[in-house]
Amino acid sequence: MGMQQTKPGKAALAAYWAENKRLTTITLIIWAIVSFGATFFVETLNNIVIFGFPLGYYMGAQGSLIVFVLLIFNYSSMMNKIDHKYNLHEEE
Amino acid sequence: MAEQRSTAFLDNLGRIYGMYTGVFVAFVILLGIAEKMGLSPQFIGYIFMGVTIGVYALIGIVSRTAKISEYYVAGRSVPSVFNGMATGSDWMSAASFIGMAGTIYGLGYDGLAYIMGWTGGYVLLAVLLGPYLRKFGQYTIPDFLGARYGGNSARLIGVLAAITASFTYLIAQVTGVGIITSRFLGIDFTVGVFVGLGGILVCSMLGGMKAVTWTQVAQYLILIIAYLTPVTVMSYKHTGVPVSEFMYGQILQRIDAREKQIIADPAEALVREKWAAQAKALDEKIWDPATAAGEREKLVAARKSAVAASKPIQPYLKPFARMDRKNMLALIFCLMVGTAGLPHILMRYYTVPSVKDARSSVGWSLFFIFLLYFTAPAYAAFARWEVLSTLVGARIADLPAWTANWAKVGLVSIRDMNMDGILQFGELTLGADAIVLATPEIAGLPYVISGLVAAGGLAAALSTADGLLLTISNSLSHDLYYKVLNPNASIMRRLTISRTLLVITAAIAAWVATFKITIIVELVAWAFSIAAAAFFPALVMGVWDKRANRAGAVSGMTLGFCLTLFYMIGSRFYGLDWWGIKTVSSGIFGIPAGFLTIYFVSRMTAAPSQELQDFVENVRYPRGAVGAADNAE
Repeated sequence: MGMQQTKPGKAALAAYWAENKRLTTITLIIWAIVSFGATFFVETLNNIVIFGFPLGYYMGAQGSLIVFVLLIFNYSSMMNKIDHKYNLHEEE
Repeated sequence: MAEQRSTAFLDNLGRIYGMYTGVFVAFVILLGIAEKMGLSPQFIGYIFMGVTIGVYALIGIVSRTAKISEYYVAGRSVPSVFNGMATGSDWMSAASFIGMAGTIYGLGYDGLAYIMGWTGGYVLLAVLLGPYLRKFGQYTIPDFLGARYGGNSARLIGVLAAITASFTYLIAQVTGVGIITSRFLGIDFTVGVFVGLGGILVCSMLGGMKAVTWTQVAQYLILIIAYLTPVTVMSYKHTGVPVSEFMYGQILQRIDAREKQIIADPAEALVREKWAAQAKALDEKIWDPATAAGEREKLVAARKSAVAASKPIQPYLKPFARMDRKNMLALIFCLMVGTAGLPHILMRYYTVPSVKDARSSVGWSLFFIFLLYFTAPAYAAFARWEVLSTLVGARIADLPAWTANWAKVGLVSIRDMNMDGILQFGELTLGADAIVLATPEIAGLPYVISGLVAAGGLAAALSTADGLLLTISNSLSHDLYYKVLNPNASIMRRLTISRTLLVITAAIAAWVATFKITIIVELVAWAFSIAAAAFFPALVMGVWDKRANRAGAVSGMTLGFCLTLFYMIGSRFYGLDWWGIKTVSSGIFGIPAGFLTIYFVSRMTAAPSQELQDFVENVRYPRGAVGAADNAE
């Protein structure tokens, strides 16, 4: 197959995987904060009321969901960029 | 010819489904006009059920196939957005559509565990599994376990776990089908179950994954229209703005005020006293040695609901009123991990053309699911407000006909405890499953909207049932029969076996569902804990830990699966209690146990072969072939 000679070396592969791990970790930290964090501190957050919504309730009902959707699309586009940076993207 | 036709179809997906949506909306409007001109509700129910099931069956027949890769993974040609839509309806089951808003209605804040749990799992799926499974690119989830860990043992445990989780889940869907068809067609529950199953089978049997995918897209469109319509109308009615998702904040405040009135109302207090007295009387009867054993079970259930009704109303917005903090966090965790471990969802990411598509497709999946989940809390709030403001305080003799209709199915019960002829909050019991289906009637909307909602609920239940049935029959026909028992089987034979198993599985599920075991959400939550503990650790470690080997995976999966099942059955039926964790969150023990076992056992035994380690490397990078396990046809 034609891509063999363009395939990155060992160091580049390791760097690619390290960048991937970093992005994955950051994504999961934000994920945990908006779901488990917001649930744990719900009473405190409920003291803030926006448009009739207590913030703690809002995070559980809608806020965390919005963050989840954004997180995945962000992950997807960042990973595609990292693929190209290391020349590891799929051939068209 | 056929090739050309299928490319033309794939190129015009947007236009085809756009037209389909337009025709469906026009159809609903026409039925609405017909209702005004005197079409009876009975007929509206028949037409909705008949037309939608007919459309699904038609798509199934058109998409029939005899190619293995189309039957198992829709030819890996499903564009990212459409796979997202198909995953959305594959995912959103009877529990999401019928049960979710009802659960929030009943549990208040604590019910949001389901909202967060069932969406947050997609983040795990997106970053830990989805793209890597697509890179691997075989047919089933046990395929991955078999290739990654070598030999048949990991694959077979995968088959067992896939079947257990999917089958539990399937029964819940079939029950949902039975509830909807029996209520809206006015037929017996058992007959309703079998009518609905006919629709599922035509679709998945002929065209496998290909047919199921295109039907699921069609079902998604119907279910989302059906879900958003009534709540948008209610929002307009109560707030003047037809965007329920932003307007229900006001309603939450009104609910809070009305609940305070109800708590202070002396008539309500009297009702609660009557319930308490009844609970006591029931209690005496339960302990009376003259009571028969069969009778006793019913009395215990009656006492439980009497005790619940004797307590003052719990404020809707108050956190941890029905579930403590620890249990809520545990439940969210189990639902999230379970979401990322359910084989019928994971399998959908085999159907997209590339790793890049798999990544964005997880995003689209969650976006389409989000549209419904984002609305569910609003639905629950509007429904609760309708009940508190129009139902409570009404004269019981004047209650509309729907109360009697739903009472027949056992989802609504009204008892005038204080004999004043007026409905108090404490005298009304609404089953969680009734909220979404009955709210259009509670709010006095035209019957055509009730019919639409029923069609949406049916679409949700059928689409999930399709995906599950396929997972079960593929696990048996591909993983057990072809990969283990008879690797020389011809394509014809494999497809025939798969189709036969599909019919048998469906029939068994229908038969089990006729026993009406427990409420839908509870059953589904069981499947989540099983998938979470049995699959998730072995799949994640398979990608992220090169050192993980067969001994580790097999022992980790076995321990996770058994421990979860043990706690589930023990805590539900035999009073087992570890740190106060409830049955629905049983996976909280099995998941970490699975991860730790895989980690340590792998390190105590020999490292995987160089070939397997290369395989892991290849799965990690989008470019290039997978190698070792490449045997695609």
